[in-house]
Amino acid sequence: MSAARDAILGGIRRSLGRGALDEARVSSLEARLAGHPRGQLPARAQGLDRAGLLDLLERQAKAVACSVARVRSAADVPAELARYLKSQNLPSRVEMSPDPTLDAVPWSAAPMLEIARGRPSGEEGVGVTSACAAVAETATLMIASGERSPATMNFLPDTHVVVLPASRVVGPLEDAWDRLRAASAAPMAAATMPRTVNLVTGPSRTGDIEQKIEMGAHGPRRLHLIVVEDDALA
Amino acid sequence: MLATSNEFRANARVGLANPTLQSALGKMKVGFPTKRAEAVAKLPEFDALRDQARDIKNHVLENIDWYLERFERRVNEAGGHVHWARTPEEAREIVLGICRRLGARTVTKGKSMIAEEIGLNAHLEKHAIEPVETDLGEYIIQLRNEAPSHIIAPAVHLTKDAIEADFRRAHSHLDARRDLTEPQSLVAEARGILRKRYFEADVGITGANFLVAETGSSVIVTNEGNGDLTQLLPKAHVVLASLEKIVPTLEDASTILRVLARSATGQEMSVYTTFSTGPKRPSDLDGPGEYHVVLLDNGRSALLGTEFQEILRCIRCGACMNHCPVYGAVGGHAYGWVYPGPMGAVLTPSLIGVENAKPLPNASTFCGKCESVCPMRIPLPKMMRHYRAREWERRLGTRVSRLALGAWAWAARRPALYRFAAARAMSALGWLGRRHGSFFNLPLASGWTTTREFPAPQGRTFQDLWRERRRAGGGR
Ligand code: SF4
Repeated sequence: MSAARDAILGGIRRSLGRGALDEARVSSLEARLAGHPRGQLPARAQGLDRAGLLDLLERQAKAVACSVARVRSAADVPAELARYLKSQNLPSRVEMSPDPTLDAVPWSAAPMLEIARGRPSGEEGVGVTSACAAVAETATLMIASGERSPATMNFLPDTHVVVLPASRVVGPLEDAWDRLRAASAAPMAAATMPRTVNLVTGPSRTGDIEQKIEMGAHGPRRLHLIVVEDDALA
Repeated sequence: MLATSNEFRANARVGLANPTLQSALGKMKVGFPTKRAEAVAKLPEFDALRDQARDIKNHVLENIDWYLERFERRVNEAGGHVHWARTPEEAREIVLGICRRLGARTVTKGKSMIAEEIGLNAHLEKHAIEPVETDLGEYIIQLRNEAPSHIIAPAVHLTKDAIEADFRRAHSHLDARRDLTEPQSLVAEARGILRKRYFEADVGITGANFLVAETGSSVIVTNEGNGDLTQLLPKAHVVLASLEKIVPTLEDASTILRVLARSATGQEMSVYTTFSTGPKRPSDLDGPGEYHVVLLDNGRSALLGTEFQEILRCIRCGACMNHCPVYGAVGGHAYGWVYPGPMGAVLTPSLIGVENAKPLPNASTFCGKCESVCPMRIPLPKMMRHYRAREWERRLGTRVSRLALGAWAWAARRPALYRFAAARAMSALGWLGRRHGSFFNLPLASGWTTTREFPAPQGRTFQDLWRERRRAGGGR
């Protein structure tokens, strides 16, 4: 193994006509990693206030077949979830991540919902999660795995519902990385990057049969986003 | 994978004579370019982002040894393992070793061009391990025992009817009278069948669109979600990646992501972009218990510092083949190895040797469309010309083209004679073609004109027009 490693690294250096990088070069590369400079950001995703971000998010979501509902507070979430399930002719049994954001929703307000918290069972059904950020630029949801967030919940259920506090809506993708960085203890070292960070932009689809887009290839065929506008759930 | 790139002409003839392929290519030639153009029109920053994407990869290539070592360190810190493979054989043995240690019987696979490059499926099968492709297009071609014909749409050469027939044959345990006329029913059937396989698999193998040095993460970009179920459910996640997939930071990945999906499918973002770092943490509710990254060289390090270094910027978006008149006429299988289209015409001789892919650098009309759409601004036609020059030097070319080129070179060195001969030829062609504005048949070029029309020259040579422009005062 290490013979291959040495041969490859040696081969690279021979091809580039140099040895290992010198100290000055290394420190400039270290500085680049530490500073992680941003490239050009699309103007569409910058300088927006809360209302502007929510409007952009909603527009972009529609374009990728993700439906959006805005509710005023956490107390309105159960009724919106029940309404959505009914509108799609879905059963009222849902699987839900044990996410702290979802703990703060008063689910008992909608007694018709049958809720199983934890890992998904693997059956086709409805899965409910939160997200650590939503990127308005492209209507991309950032969902990080963890002890209260099973990544499989984003893929196994047939319908995925995401409950998102409006304070987590950002403009460009880079702002979402900053949120994730801020949430980790050290500067973004491997040890603190969550095992899985999913960027989800609309429901699963495939164009593999005659380039015709069909929804629900392996992941959810429906994606519904419930945005909670007040900041009590932040 | 065994290459038949030297049989490009024969392969191309088969493709040209296949009506199913021709109708599929007809759809592709319209679909992909239209969607790309629409997505590009919606992002005013697109061209600036292409420059930045190019610069990021150039920066990586100049410092790739250091970034690879940093990536390895980060993977180790997160509890994963990095394996270095010089050759396809080494890469296959590494993967087989992991599978054997875990007692694997089935392996699910997300889409990976590196797996094709190293011929992984055949190797696993030989050792009684069943590989199951989970990307719908890859699943279909696995049922047919075919190679992908496109790097992002592996089954683009097939019609719905052909796929229906394959499903009826392969899924014979299902009700023979079921209705499979709609694509949706085919998608649903594959979903049901593969859903079980995800849970049975012992090892999940994916490719990587990027490796992030900053965090030690591998990144996959998909629309189906198959790559996620493939890596989350088994005991181990094995990532197959070539060296040049490295990017420094999450921000650099973000910049390149902005040009990737737009160039590939015309989406602003693909549905699932997934960053995977190490194995499942002790307190995590799911995820693989082991995480391995196999770094494959297979000739890439030798391209650094050469006139072919720039092909290592390629992000496998497929735009060059979607816009290529040659690919659009003959299809992907004609190229005879893993990578088709203009990027394949450069990468294939680079990786398997120009003597094994002699015709590919000639499989071009030099229209320049590939370079003009490449998000990484890779000068594909220039590199094909380098290979042609090399071919010439090594006398690998066919006698006919050598003689013809030799005559041309002889005349071109004698400007007066060249002008005379070219003007004669042009006005003759212009006269011959005037009736239709193009030729349906051109002697000595029937390989060209049986499948497409040759635009009739306007009866003037470029040199004539140039002189006229200069006289008119527009001499730049
Ligand atoms: S060469 Fe350019 S256009 Fe072709 S696949 Fe690579 S990045 Fe895309």
